[in-house]
Amino acid sequence: MEKIAEQIRSEASRLLEKGEVELVVGFRKGSIPMVSRPWLARTPQEAKELHWDGFCNLNLANYLTKRKGKVAVVAKGCDSRSLVLHIQEHQISREQVVVVGVPCNGMLDRRKLQQAAGRGKEILEVEETDGSVQLRGRDLQISLPREEALQQCCSICEHRNPVVKDLLVGQEVAEQKSERFKEVLEIEAKKAQERWEVFRQVLSTCIRCYACRNACPHCYCPECFVDCSRPQWVGKSQDPEDVFTFHLFRAFHMAGRCTDCGSCERACPMGIPVRLLTRKLEKEIKERWGYEVGTSLEGVPPLATYQPDDPQDFIL
Amino acid sequence: MEQAMKQSETWEPKILAFLCNWCSYAGADLAGVSRLQYPPNIRVIRIPCSGRMNPAFIVAALRNGVDGVLVSGCHPGDCHYLSGNYFARRKFTVFKSLLEYMGIEEGRVHFSWVSAAEGEKFSQVVSEVTEKVKALGPAKNYVREKIEVC
Repeated sequence: MEKIAEQIRSEASRLLEKGEVELVVGFRKGSIPMVSRPWLARTPQEAKELHWDGFCNLNLANYLTKRKGKVAVVAKGCDSRSLVLHIQEHQISREQVVVVGVPCNGMLDRRKLQQAAGRGKEILEVEETDGSVQLRGRDLQISLPREEALQQCCSICEHRNPVVKDLLVGQEVAEQKSERFKEVLEIEAKKAQERWEVFRQVLSTCIRCYACRNACPHCYCPECFVDCSRPQWVGKSQDPEDVFTFHLFRAFHMAGRCTDCGSCERACPMGIPVRLLTRKLEKEIKERWGYEVGTSLEGVPPLATYQPDDPQDFIL
Repeated sequence: MEQAMKQSETWEPKILAFLCNWCSYAGADLAGVSRLQYPPNIRVIRIPCSGRMNPAFIVAALRNGVDGVLVSGCHPGDCHYLSGNYFARRKFTVFKSLLEYMGIEEGRVHFSWVSAAEGEKFSQVVSEVTEKVKALGPAKNYVREKIEVC
């Protein structure tokens, strides 16, 4: 990890010194354990703060929307896919971006680590070695395998290496095959009323804070449908119907655009598995049109195009 | 009161039909002019093109107590705006599956292609949709108890 961080720092300083980019978007060590915060370095001096560890889980494509000038970005697999979508949707051009690709072994889940440490225990230090994670604190010293501490979206991720890159930091990692849609298939197998109950239950704790929307790198409409008052598509209340409508549309706006980076779920203060909805759409789009979001610059997002012979079995 | 009415045997579904201006609306017109019989359960809203159809309309309708929704447009290749219905088709494919995944019963929301010359087909589609929605019974899950005052 420290080796990768060192390489990121040297690449960033080089790019900034040469004036190839005005800005490097990366991570900096957070002020509390288990958090790395985004860092926008504009000088070689500031680039020395750049950092890399198992908590660099934010999607940095969020900081590229409509940015002017040349920018370098530190990109894991998911960041690079989001970047591809940004390019396809003309939020930034390919020429503007220098992608510093970092192959990723999955990022750690703060909530899982806290759970492993136990209630009331404060984790003060986390050290990652090959294949395991050590947690330290007062009266606390445990070690657990890295796989068990991964975020759920990382444990089923199939694009760990950046899909576009100008530079590569570290070694490419092996891609994994996984059961991406296990939970989705389980819900699909239920009857309509049961599915209704499932989502009523899942969404019941939603406090409508919109953290999932704000954290999403692809939610950049100038005016969001939830803020729209004429017509008002979704009520402001916390009634189950309004909550349902909000989640339905938030997910639908992600159709053919979600890279499953997990930002929404990570941001949710109530721990709602909102990716159950976006993953259903991902599955639908993969099955119908064989499209995987953000895997290549050439493709067109599936809802922005059509084929005259698209399947229409459901149309009367 | 309304609930009791709905459950009574005389319950008839309320179905909202969004018809595209150039084909389906004219198809409905033709069905009327030709004196074709079809169930009187639909309320028609004319939209410029099926591509104009925002899925939010469907949800707003369901939320406000409609039992079924029908969206109808021109046949593929016949769109007045050339490609509106092609885009609509993709959008509906995804939206319908998401809606059903989240627990709205299959059979509440329908899509169809009806051209301006297909008065006969229009009456068939309406009969079929009405039958399916009747079989499902009144929409309960997603309906707001009180309808908001705008």
